[in-house]
Amino acid sequence: MRVIVAKAGLDGHDRGAKVIARALRDAGMEVIYTGLFQTPEQIVQTAIQEDADGIGLSILSGAHMTLFPLVVEQLKAQDAGDIVFFGGGTIPADDAAELKRLGVRAIFTPGAPLSEIIAFVERECGKRRELVG
Amino acid sequence: MCASASSASLIRREAGPNGVTGTAPRVRERERAMDDPHAAAALLTAFRAGDPRALARAISRCESGRGAGLIHALYPLTGRAVTVGLTGPPGVGKSTLSSALVAHVRKLGKTVGVISVDPSSPFSHGALLGDRIRLAEHFVDPDVFIRSMASRGHLGGLAGATADAVSLMDAFGKDVVLVETVGVGQSEIEIAEVADTTLVALQPGSGDSVQVLKAGVLEIADVFVVNKSDHPMALQLQREIRSMMEMLVYDAWVPELVSTQALQGKGIDKLWDAIVAHDAWLRESGAIRAKRRAAFAHRVRQLALGTLDARIESVVAELGDDLDPYAAAEIVLERFGVRDGVGALGNVRAPGAVRAHVKGL
Repeated sequence: MRVIVAKAGLDGHDRGAKVIARALRDAGMEVIYTGLFQTPEQIVQTAIQEDADGIGLSILSGAHMTLFPLVVEQLKAQDAGDIVFFGGGTIPADDAAELKRLGVRAIFTPGAPLSEIIAFVERECGKRRELVG
Repeated sequence: MCASASSASLIRREAGPNGVTGTAPRVRERERAMDDPHAAAALLTAFRAGDPRALARAISRCESGRGAGLIHALYPLTGRAVTVGLTGPPGVGKSTLSSALVAHVRKLGKTVGVISVDPSSPFSHGALLGDRIRLAEHFVDPDVFIRSMASRGHLGGLAGATADAVSLMDAFGKDVVLVETVGVGQSEIEIAEVADTTLVALQPGSGDSVQVLKAGVLEIADVFVVNKSDHPMALQLQREIRSMMEMLVYDAWVPELVSTQALQGKGIDKLWDAIVAHDAWLRESGAIRAKRRAAFAHRVRQLALGTLDARIESVVAELGDDLDPYAAAEIVLERFGVRDGVGALGNVRAPGAVRAHVKGL
């Protein structure tokens, strides 16, 4: 299983993203960490080249309603909608609901148990890997 | 399934010829899915049309031990790219050097493939692949393709499928393929087989430069790169390398020494010139044939041994505890038609021919 963990925009808070990255690695996955300040285009190109099963985007800067949809758009534009796009950060429940409507598969806010996140990734990204081969 | 990170060890992993592939029950279904001839043909068509996703998927197939069909079809297209290996101790600046080299090569109008190899955890089998970060400026350049690979238990410094990935990028049409991996000591020297030109990067002031100089990794260098050239001890390291080189008699190519400051982009043009010089020498002198033949032989052995290993394991599993190891090994060998008895002890052999020997010996 190959998963991208990304930080987009000007948000410099990467501790959460690194915790997730390490947890996914400890669960046996290959995690490609993109580093900070990525654009949606950079994130999606990385996911394509790495043949990623999923992208986890972390945003703690409040810019989630701009950046998440841009990644969804970019995935569609690159015909990469099969990649499981999920994320987390300081995202209010209403915004999370809206983002899921737009195509983000799950939003994990602070306090979400790691076990839940790992289970989601294994299940959904596992399906994608099976489909794509 | 997995309820928490700590129960990751409960998930069975099944190994293909190139190493760990994934959770056991899914492997078989996946194999069924992709051995569909339509899917395989479609992938090949997309690959030949230059679709980067096809290159990405092709690499994944090779990583999971299902690359035979692809390599059969695409191997005739390989051999054209300038292949470069970059290795050295952690922290020396490999990723920064890679990024600077890619930028330079792009200015020359060439297309590039980069493979960054990092170790997998021997416990969880997962990996954190972060080398890509320093290449971020190239992410949206359509002529640069970057792939991170986890070693998946493979020994030698690379991933089992790295050679396949190099072949694929070559066949895809990349002018330059750069493989980057950590190299220390005597055993991480496989990179010298996967690439035609090997760069060994060193940094001054690491305190143990003499230790590093004793390492086998130095014997594979076609070009020594002294990075962080602005360091006060940079000149001393260069002198140490040159005096070490004076103790050796090189059979053919004498390694070049290039000084760089990768963060500032200094010396990168000279580094590229040294790579080009070595590549040209290899082709013009014909030395490239012997080198590639040795690499080919090693790769074939690896593929054959990988497949045999899985078979051997299942035979061994059936044997009782009452046998001594040699008797058991003889039984295993007989199953494969080898009746001469147990001979040489197995080993990870050093690649290719020795390039240099010590004066006076």
